[in-house]
Amino acid sequence: MAKEINEEAISHDDQEHHVENFWTKYVFSMDHKMIGKQFLVTGMVMGVLGVFMSMLFRLQLAWPNEKFVILESILGKWAPEGQMDPNIYLALVTIHGTIMVFFVLTAGLSGTFSNLLIPLQIGARDMASGFLNMLSYWFFAASSVVMVVSLFVETGPASGGWTVYPPLSALPQAMPGSGAGMTLWLVSMTLFIAGSLLGSLNYIVTIINLRTKGMSMDRLPLTIWAFFVTAILGVLSFPVLLSAALLLMFDRLLGTSFYLSDIMVAGELLHNEGGSPVLYEHLFWFLGHPEVYIILLPALGITSEVIATNSRKPIFGYRAMIGSILAIAFLSFIVWGHHMFITGMNPFLGSVFTFTTLLIAIPSAVKAFNYITTLWKGNIQFTPAMLFSIGLVSTFVAGGLTGIILGDSALDINVHDTYFVVAHFHIVMGLSAIFGMFAGVYHWFPKMYRRMMNKTMGYLHFWLTFISAYGVFFPMHFTGLAGLPRRYYSNAEFPMFDEIQDINVIITIFAIFGGLAQLIFLFNFFYSMWRGPVAPKNPWRSNTLEWTTPVEHIHGNWKGEIPTVYRWPYDYSKPGHDDDFVPQSTPRFKNEPGH
Amino acid sequence: MTGLLLAIVLFLLVLATAQIVRIYELATKASKRDEYVVTNKDNNNQGRLMLVFGIGLLSSFVWMVNAWSPIFLPKPSSLHGVEIDMLWDISMGLIVVVFFIVQPILFFFAYKYRGKEGQKATYYEHNNKLEFIWTIVPAIVLAVLIVYGMTTWSNVWNPDNDEEPIVIELYAQQFKWIARYSGDDNTLGNANVRLIKGVNIIGVDTLDATSSDDIITSELHLPVGRPIKFMFRSQDVIHSAYMPHFRAQMNCVPGAQTSFQFTPTITTEEIRMDPDVIKKVERINKIRLEAGKEFYEYDYLLLCNKVCGSAHYNMQMPLIVETEAEYAQWLSEQKTVKESI
Repeated sequence: MAKEINEEAISHDDQEHHVENFWTKYVFSMDHKMIGKQFLVTGMVMGVLGVFMSMLFRLQLAWPNEKFVILESILGKWAPEGQMDPNIYLALVTIHGTIMVFFVLTAGLSGTFSNLLIPLQIGARDMASGFLNMLSYWFFAASSVVMVVSLFVETGPASGGWTVYPPLSALPQAMPGSGAGMTLWLVSMTLFIAGSLLGSLNYIVTIINLRTKGMSMDRLPLTIWAFFVTAILGVLSFPVLLSAALLLMFDRLLGTSFYLSDIMVAGELLHNEGGSPVLYEHLFWFLGHPEVYIILLPALGITSEVIATNSRKPIFGYRAMIGSILAIAFLSFIVWGHHMFITGMNPFLGSVFTFTTLLIAIPSAVKAFNYITTLWKGNIQFTPAMLFSIGLVSTFVAGGLTGIILGDSALDINVHDTYFVVAHFHIVMGLSAIFGMFAGVYHWFPKMYRRMMNKTMGYLHFWLTFISAYGVFFPMHFTGLAGLPRRYYSNAEFPMFDEIQDINVIITIFAIFGGLAQLIFLFNFFYSMWRGPVAPKNPWRSNTLEWTTPVEHIHGNWKGEIPTVYRWPYDYSKPGHDDDFVPQSTPRFKNEPGH
Repeated sequence: MTGLLLAIVLFLLVLATAQIVRIYELATKASKRDEYVVTNKDNNNQGRLMLVFGIGLLSSFVWMVNAWSPIFLPKPSSLHGVEIDMLWDISMGLIVVVFFIVQPILFFFAYKYRGKEGQKATYYEHNNKLEFIWTIVPAIVLAVLIVYGMTTWSNVWNPDNDEEPIVIELYAQQFKWIARYSGDDNTLGNANVRLIKGVNIIGVDTLDATSSDDIITSELHLPVGRPIKFMFRSQDVIHSAYMPHFRAQMNCVPGAQTSFQFTPTITTEEIRMDPDVIKKVERINKIRLEAGKEFYEYDYLLLCNKVCGSAHYNMQMPLIVETEAEYAQWLSEQKTVKESI
């Protein structure tokens, strides 16, 4: 089967010669490489927006009573005389979360690298369905547009936190952001989920069916394993979010009572009866927790690849790495309740979810130790991608450890929804994933744009980002332990929080500093795209198949036949070979050990 | 005018960047080196930076703990809080130890094994024994934590009280808290938002006999040493009743009733005499004095900890723990439902 399709692709390529015009090449492209780049650039645009929003609300948190003229020029009526309105504060926090979680770290990360790398690394001419792939991007693009449009509606964008719990998000009377902005949020997410499902199905089908000769599952690069499992997670969990969103839409627009019961808001008694907001929480987190791994696994996959290549060593414990990906993925479906320990859920369920949640620490620990052992006795080449990957291991450990606290229901009681949680998930999921994304961009930039990124700017970008990342999120543990709740517009109403204001200022300074450091990356990215030195075929001397393709992008990826694979992707510094890397397409010599 | 100035500044910035880039490009061309190839010098520099960063990270951690641990919440003022804090200290101690083992190894390896030209890495693809060890050791440690955590959780929910807990309802609405004491019969009368009318602000069913002795207040007073069972209701959106000093929190869900139970152990008077709290209050008052704000006296608080709208950040209620006699005195001064509605 696999062979047939690939053969078909070859003959298809040989017989008709496509003449691509601007529209079919750059806009409605069906080529996976171009679609990957479209995801990346869209994700970056959304990322700039998301980070910029965080800088705005950090200003408010550090200096709650100051007036900033600049705020009025940006936010208009939402910041009269430069004093931010509480409603827009909540809106910024909400949209920042939504954008970063879904648009940047789901679509921007997994969308970019799954598209770029799956066909190239498994040895396929393209995705199983180029058309579905194109649709997947355009659904995502449409959902981005709707999300951005929602920023400009009269009553403001969605403001109930990125989890948009009803009844707050269901009732326009409860807050301005629950008006038209919230409807657009739901429309945007519906489009997003449709796009994500089309993409994921395509990834799964492609990986199962289109691997080149010799590319057995136990010779797949760990990137592909990560993308594969991520896609499965997406297919199984995103539909549940879709149903949660649709039911919420019904409650908002059609007067149903899925989530609403016995409510009087703004002096008005509502007719709704019999619904439960806790139902929404269950549906939301049934996606919400796997979502964490939908974000994290691709970053870990990229890191595995980058660390092995740049340590010039095989990834340590290849099979254990696959096993831990599978274990994490399985467990991620049965831990959602740890977001709901104090919702009034039966305490017995709390015990069950504590049990399953803490188990995740085991495969996670295996991954961390295996990364570290891969560095051991390596010949580490500090490319910018390698720096970000090592940074990822550091943040993965630092943030993962506090998960052991938060996953414990008894301990969660007192830190639930405080800044301790904000610190935890930003470090373990936000930073780790964004570091993985940066590592991927630096590493595969030559494959995407045929040019090299500037190394020195990459170094500078990494160190400024790494320092400010810890500078922002590490102190948040401490404000959380002082009892400071998240999503507070200001903590000036509580004298007991007066002494943490200094820490808030420090965090904001690091946040602005770190945000500005991203300009170096943006400059490097766009500058290198046009003016960077032309890339050689295999700049990092890597084993995987994408580096056997010509530097120029061609439809179908390889001229002539697709290479056959004879070995796993991690034969770095293997005894018996002269070079310190042995590409997967190198035939084995007689009696060569290893897989 | 500012717009024009801003435009000029931006233009000059772009111009300056372009010039710098050109100079840089010419310089690289002259030296004919490939800017992306990682050299020995790069590896040495970056490897050392890794080491420096690792040391910096750990020392700043120590510094933060030193400088900022006084801002933590004071010791727990409830029976179960002591148990939670014990579990907290053990879990935290454990993860700090792991942090201090794993992070140094990571950064040290990055430094130690930095690349050198002509050097070859060791081909080392797996070691079953090693992998078994670092699967089984975390598994054992976590098994202990899981059992300990579940036991604590179970104790929180099933405290062995000798006496019947006092039932108090906490009622949440945008953006304030209302308390309802169950009165002499220790039973809350029925209530529903549909019954809200005029002075009956939380919808108490006045036809229910058990409601007539209920007492509605805007302050929360608790007797020390008596188990309290809180029943939570919300009128509009989800709120969360957060009483951090007692290590207690529960969501208030519209259309449902939730509950949480604890026994306060330290009165407000007593906690104000606690040495840590005295120091804390001194520090806070120093800050407040400089800012020209009024003098602060330490108090327990009930906060809203689930985003509930624009004034979420100021949804609070004073919480006073006092002796049994003071409590009885205060309660007797409040009006019952029968008297007020």
